[in-house]
Amino acid sequence: MRLLTHNMLASNARGAVTGYPLKLQVVKWSTKEVEPNPEFLRGMLPKIDWPALVAATQALGLPELLPEAPPTDAELSAEGAAADEGSALRRLHRALLEIHIEEGALVCPDTDRCFPISRGVPNMLLHEDEVRN
Amino acid sequence: MKLKQLEGLLGDLQQFTAPKVELEQYATGPHIASRMLYTAENSFDDITGKVVADFGCGCGTLSVASSLLDAEHVVGIDIDPQSLELAQENAADLELDIDLIQCDIKNLNLRGLLVDTVVMNPPFGTSRKGADMEFISMGMKVATRAVYSLHKTSTREHIKKVALRNCNAISAEVLCELRYNLPRTYKFHKQNEVDIAVDFWRFVPRARDEGSTACSVTNLKQRRMHR
Ligand SMILES: C[S@@+](CC[C@H](N)C(=O)[O-])C[C@H]1O[C@@H](n2cnc3c(N)ncnc32)[C@H](O)[C@@H]1O
Repeated sequence: MRLLTHNMLASNARGAVTGYPLKLQVVKWSTKEVEPNPEFLRGMLPKIDWPALVAATQALGLPELLPEAPPTDAELSAEGAAADEGSALRRLHRALLEIHIEEGALVCPDTDRCFPISRGVPNMLLHEDEVRN
Repeated sequence: MKLKQLEGLLGDLQQFTAPKVELEQYATGPHIASRMLYTAENSFDDITGKVVADFGCGCGTLSVASSLLDAEHVVGIDIDPQSLELAQENAADLELDIDLIQCDIKNLNLRGLLVDTVVMNPPFGTSRKGADMEFISMGMKVATRAVYSLHKTSTREHIKKVALRNCNAISAEVLCELRYNLPRTYKFHKQNEVDIAVDFWRFVPRARDEGSTACSVTNLKQRRMHR
């Protein structure tokens, strides 16, 4: 599971208010490089919950990866941004699409219900009597 | 990628080894799957560069097809862990990055406007009545551009009514009628009947605003806490 998925996933456990953002606990993660798509990233930026993304990178032990405030569209569009590893664009790309959580857990912020992540797949299953109504 | 090439690659995927009848597990065949995704991309621009979710992804045929057509991010969701393992192997064999989530579709909680397109071959609702409608209803909550789905032709009028009336669809259109070959274990009509008529649907959700998403609620909560 990558952080773009984390950014959209919420808990549906009974007692959850929004169930979002899920607290991330990481035991093992890996990186896989892929080609950045600047147009996609620019379109994604306004839809991302920035504090949730920053919190996730902090849980990974990467406090330097993203700034506290989201980059501006101008920063993402800066010339040469796609080729420059340190650019705001490449950092956003790395955070959203290149980091894979392999083992760990997602914890509901409202109820502390824990959803394990095993072999890259979070298990969000709930027993019928645990589901939010 | 050419349609024939897409169909060929999908034809090499591993399929369910021990299908669970109660979950209506039968793979979406390469012929149908390739045409679904090809149409979604070439007629409607709904796949390439988009975020695509595959509901009831099973062995991952529709996820893999989306990824092969250059969806930027693909999330496959299924209730069954063995299916997800197969989907993972199929993606890995083709060196595709596909995120997988184990979840019951009716309990899915995906926030915000991040998913562009939902593709699915849901249970037809023959094992558990209403399963097909749960998938459509959740798809319409999650997708911002379109939902592509397969349903038995015999349920056409009902589906159209429910999609427009209860699921916030601004359009519900049958793109074509197909013959769907069900493995013998799933035959539920007459003895030898294995081919059933299935509609390929495209549903378009009404535009939502960010006001209704978990995102803004979270921000509100945080603001309150900081005070
Ligand atoms: C017709 S199959 C889809 C096959 C898939 N497109 C493929 O190519 O393998 C239906 C799938 O929905 C899954 N499913 C059934 N009920 C579900 C539910 N409530 N939540 C999530 N997945 C479910 C089944 O496990 C099965 O994989």
